[in-house]
Amino acid sequence: MDKLMADLKEQIIEQLNLQDVKPEEIGDDQPLFGDGLGLDSIDALELIVLLQQKYKVKLSNAEEGPKIFRSVRTIAEFIENSKIPNA
Amino acid sequence: MNNQYYISSHCTISSSAVHYNGTLLFEAEYTDVPGFLLSAYQLIGAKYPKFYKMDNLAKLGWLAAEVLLKDFDATRYQPTDIGVVLSNASSSLDADKRYYDSVQEMASPALFVYTLPNIVIGEICIRHHFKGENAFFIFEQFNADFIVSYVSNLLDIQQLQVCICGWVELLGDEYKAVLFLVEKEKKEGLMPFTIENINKITTPPKPSPEGRAFLKNAF
Repeated sequence: MDKLMADLKEQIIEQLNLQDVKPEEIGDDQPLFGDGLGLDSIDALELIVLLQQKYKVKLSNAEEGPKIFRSVRTIAEFIENSKIPNA
Repeated sequence: MNNQYYISSHCTISSSAVHYNGTLLFEAEYTDVPGFLLSAYQLIGAKYPKFYKMDNLAKLGWLAAEVLLKDFDATRYQPTDIGVVLSNASSSLDADKRYYDSVQEMASPALFVYTLPNIVIGEICIRHHFKGENAFFIFEQFNADFIVSYVSNLLDIQQLQVCICGWVELLGDEYKAVLFLVEKEKKEGLMPFTIENINKITTPPKPSPEGRAFLKNAF
């Protein structure tokens, strides 16, 4: 899980062009939107593309987005759980 | 048009150089377009993380506006008093082509956002909190007659008190931005907002030794 979260932080920085941010500056539980990392709705779409392209995970229910994209840890948990059939 | 308006500042970005009111502020060594835009951004010293996410056309327009407005006091006006009217020849074709290439794999939502030229205006307005009238027009080349007529009309009918207007063109390695800040108030030394004057400014002056010296203390 720690390795997945570290990988996610690097991927998020690259995919979202967060050129002023270093991976170690993103906390595992830091909010990604709003007052946290300050991501916006276009970033959310890019995160969906990232999950699909890099981790082969699809977000089938858009209403789950805010919960899944709350932090790096919640995204990592979603990826991990999605690997288990019928989870 | 009924009244005379004035160019309170102007900015030109082309050929790896940035001019403000005719003075060379910054000239980069030859580099590619993204490299030049990044070096200009760094020179200005702005801290605006969203800059990195913009496409090249939006970066060019945003940088030109940043320089154009560096001495402008927007607090004298309501947000709805300040508008933006821009034009170019290639619309958003630079981003369109990149987007087209990206859909061979998976479309990029962040790139798709920039497949409209008026997003340049959006980026400028978001940065400076402007909420006035705006429009983006496509012409084969800079159309001074139209810009003077259209902007003067917006000022005549009190739709705006101030207008940023001009040309922001970028396609591949070719780019040029010429922006004018047009105000109603007459101050000493300001050029009237006329077709002749904006055509004259659109051809940037050659860098002078004085300009190069000014460059060192520009920002």
